[in-house]
Amino acid sequence: MFDLSLLPDAGLGWLDASGEQSDIVLSTRVRLARNVEGYAFTGRSREGERIRILSQVRDAVPTVPSLANGVLVRVDELDTDDRRILHERHVISRELAGLESSSGARGGAAVYVGEGVGVMINEEDHLRLQAVRSGFALEPALAAILRLDEELGRRVPYSYHREYGFLTACPTNTGTGMRASVLIHLPGLVLTKEIPKVLVGLQQMGLTYRGLYGEGSEVLGSFFQISNQTTLGRSEEELVDHLANVVRHVIQREQEARRVLWRDAGYIIEDKLWRAYGTLRFARSLTFDEAMSLLSGVRLAAGLQLVQGLSVYTLNKLLIFSQPAHLAAAEGGGGRELTEAETDIARARFVRQTLADEVGPIQ
Amino acid sequence: MLCDVCRERDATVTLTHAVKGEVNVLHLCQGCAAERGIETSVTTPLKNMIADYLPAVQAQAVAAQVESIRCSFCSMSLGDFREAGRLGCASCYTTFDQSLRALLRRVHGNARHVGRQYEAPPPDLMREVTVLGELRDRLRRAISQEEFEEAAMLRDKIRGLE
Repeated sequence: MFDLSLLPDAGLGWLDASGEQSDIVLSTRVRLARNVEGYAFTGRSREGERIRILSQVRDAVPTVPSLANGVLVRVDELDTDDRRILHERHVISRELAGLESSSGARGGAAVYVGEGVGVMINEEDHLRLQAVRSGFALEPALAAILRLDEELGRRVPYSYHREYGFLTACPTNTGTGMRASVLIHLPGLVLTKEIPKVLVGLQQMGLTYRGLYGEGSEVLGSFFQISNQTTLGRSEEELVDHLANVVRHVIQREQEARRVLWRDAGYIIEDKLWRAYGTLRFARSLTFDEAMSLLSGVRLAAGLQLVQGLSVYTLNKLLIFSQPAHLAAAEGGGGRELTEAETDIARARFVRQTLADEVGPIQ
Repeated sequence: MLCDVCRERDATVTLTHAVKGEVNVLHLCQGCAAERGIETSVTTPLKNMIADYLPAVQAQAVAAQVESIRCSFCSMSLGDFREAGRLGCASCYTTFDQSLRALLRRVHGNARHVGRQYEAPPPDLMREVTVLGELRDRLRRAISQEEFEEAAMLRDKIRGLE
């Protein structure tokens, strides 16, 4: 079993709810896609080439201050449980973890985990640099990722085209190679049924949204990832400014929706949220979808300051630790996969314990 | 008149061609003309049909040619790209420039990068990195094989370079 405590902040620094607007925005993430000159892109590369790319990056890292104290994890040498855990922590993508392929992670798949920044190696592109921050923090995340990019690009030659910019395997990433996103909780807009209008508006403004786990994942518990759609023809700063302005507007609308709900249907909302909290405190079996939906309610309750002693940090932790691979590890791991029923029971027990520890006995 | 070539059949085709300023006239039968790749069975209405048909065939041939162009670095074709949705390497951007430019415009509304400019590290720095990498690899090997004298020598070399 891979020792997660070796990673800076155990790969969970972004959960600590220390950032701006962290009751609404869980985290901010900016990633850059880069390819190393002289090699075919990952999809057409041989294992030997991927290993050479990995060693090229490894040799460059001592001269990259942004990755000082970074830890290199050979994803291709981890067992499935560990790869799942890193994916559930958002340290690596589903693709790098090899969770979609029967043969597991591809040879040479690795990740550098630094403080607030990381580099996935041999993902869809050779390099996926990412910066993560707690709360709503697009500018700091952009500054961190551009610094890392500058430091690494001085030692590792990137594929770059005068006209098209940074070249990527998928033409939807060409140019800046940048995807900036915020993970945002919008229960007010979902409950007031305003969310479809907001989502259509996002698309009209060149932005896109996804569920909690990125591309292709469904929207659960009113959690949305909002990000830029295009990467070419605008500078990194312009793309991030535009996203920040739209997200600020969405936050305002969410706050307004919460005020309206509270004003016009306070007792209904209060009842709904306490029921969600009650279920989490007493349920003996919880599916993941149900847990997400209840946690979403309780998160709103915490935002409205209904439940005393319940921190956003605790709720963030529950989101991560109530996922299957984390539960299996907490139940002793040992490579044995829990059945669905066992997972649901373990989840309910874990949620009950955490809430009892953090909030204390029910009064 | 008999065919100038076989001298057996009647000549039905007159072939006039100029070689180095000299004009040669050949009278050929249908068989000998066909052997020289001269089409003789064409009738007028068919000719019109072909006139209509040819551009279409040509366009198809061009398209097939474009489809069958392969990137010289990674051997990807446009057909492969359409199937995978991912390009094979940086050179694909040059090989399929025309198709990609249109695609990039459609996807991004623009095909010109205005973000960060990049200049690859100078080759001597790269060589240094490669040499350092190679030395570090040898150091790792020396340590794992417990060749400590060799390891110490390599370590000093690496320090010197760093």
